[in-house]
Amino acid sequence: MKQTFLRYSPILLLTLAWEAAARLGLGAAFDLPPPSAVLVAWIGLLRDGDLVTNGAASLYRGAAGLGLAIVIGAVLGIVMAWWRPVRVALEPLVEIFYPLPKSALIPVTALWLGFGDGSKILLIFLGCMLPVTLGAFNGARASDRTLVWSARSMGAGRVRMLWDVVVPSALPELLNGIRTALALAFILLVSAELIVSQRGFGNLIGILGDNGSYDAMFAVVLTVAFLGFAADRVYQVLTARVLAWRE
Amino acid sequence: MDAQAPIVIDAVSHTYRPPRGRSVLALDDVSLEVHPREFVALLGPSGCGKSTLLYLIGGFLPVERGRILVDGSPVAGPGPDRGIVFQHFALFPWKTVRANVLYGLERAGLPRGEREARAQSFIDLVGLSGFEDAYPSHLSGGMKQRAAIARTLAVDPKTLLMDEPFGALDAQTRSLMQGELLAIWRRTPKTVIFVTHDVQEAVYLSDRVAVMSARPGRIKTIIDTRFDKSDPHCFKTKTFIDKVDEIWDLVRVEAMKAQEARA
Repeated sequence: MKQTFLRYSPILLLTLAWEAAARLGLGAAFDLPPPSAVLVAWIGLLRDGDLVTNGAASLYRGAAGLGLAIVIGAVLGIVMAWWRPVRVALEPLVEIFYPLPKSALIPVTALWLGFGDGSKILLIFLGCMLPVTLGAFNGARASDRTLVWSARSMGAGRVRMLWDVVVPSALPELLNGIRTALALAFILLVSAELIVSQRGFGNLIGILGDNGSYDAMFAVVLTVAFLGFAADRVYQVLTARVLAWRE
Repeated sequence: MDAQAPIVIDAVSHTYRPPRGRSVLALDDVSLEVHPREFVALLGPSGCGKSTLLYLIGGFLPVERGRILVDGSPVAGPGPDRGIVFQHFALFPWKTVRANVLYGLERAGLPRGEREARAQSFIDLVGLSGFEDAYPSHLSGGMKQRAAIARTLAVDPKTLLMDEPFGALDAQTRSLMQGELLAIWRRTPKTVIFVTHDVQEAVYLSDRVAVMSARPGRIKTIIDTRFDKSDPHCFKTKTFIDKVDEIWDLVRVEAMKAQEARA
């Protein structure tokens, strides 16, 4: 507990310095409202429900898109690693698609599916799938052949062996890929909502900024930042638990 | 199944074709018969194809030229009648010792209670009682190999394929494990094919030693090494030392050839 406090104390110091700077009138030059005002605005947003409605929309989109990316991406990566025809067919596509800045797809998915949830889910799915696929692919390719052979010689069929040996062998790299995807999901979600949306955190940030409600805008920005941080922390704790056997 | 059928290796050749680089003839026209419940060592310099031969018998690599018969029928893939123990243990790192030993029993479809009892008896047999819930990463090399041996024996394969199983262990652990393997083998006689490049180990453990030539691997000679080994000090007897010397002379020539080929 004390350690955690010490670890994050620079954030507390920064907040205090920020408050002091804003109070002394230094913030006005950069449109930087004091944290105390941001907190008041945050409570206001929470009370009138704006934060919850928009947050729920964003989280739904993020979870759906990321969930699809994880399931389909993982299956694709493992199948690519263990079935040559699929690898030959898909490897060039993955190579071409991987470096494409996924934000370029924002107008494309909006054109296809409109301004609602569908376009965001598709965008996040497309943007997050490849890191998951590559993680699963690389992990599965590196499976130790003696583990594969051991399972086979103890009576496991090919599919059974895939599930019992290749999937757990791929897990560390797969989980790493998912962590990248998790961060990407936040970026894509907020960008898409800023540009083409009627709801969501990104949309709220845009509206508040346009209205000049900077206190509230900062409140939403910080909320998103905190959620991103919390998601990553929770994810790391879960990963450590799943991979406890590695030590 | 006919328990009396030997393992027949008949004119087997094998070529390795790496994705990049030149293909290599690893085994050239190898023939060998291993009798039921016999302990045979495949001895040769590294790169002579002795492990390849073992993998072919295991069904892990396809037999392209010649044929291998186990229990009268050609090998068509891996199966629980042929258990394998690898040099680097090949334990499932995400499973505990108990779960590793249970794996083959689950695949065999044994009822739960029987599985648990059988796994425990083999864990006890190899002296790992108290480490059932440990992950492999927490065990020493010798303990890992004990766990791997328990896992393989639990399935009760008729044939035990061992790929330099003690090669990664320190000298003391190795000699201890050799003694224990012999003791286990005497209690539950199985056909054992044991790959090694350690002459003493081969003479101590096996009934016959098949000495292989440097690449491409051929069987150069087969030497009978059956004599009384019940005495733990049989290492010091003249019979033992003479056998080791005799085989060393054969192997030395091949090891030198293998080195020249690499240079």
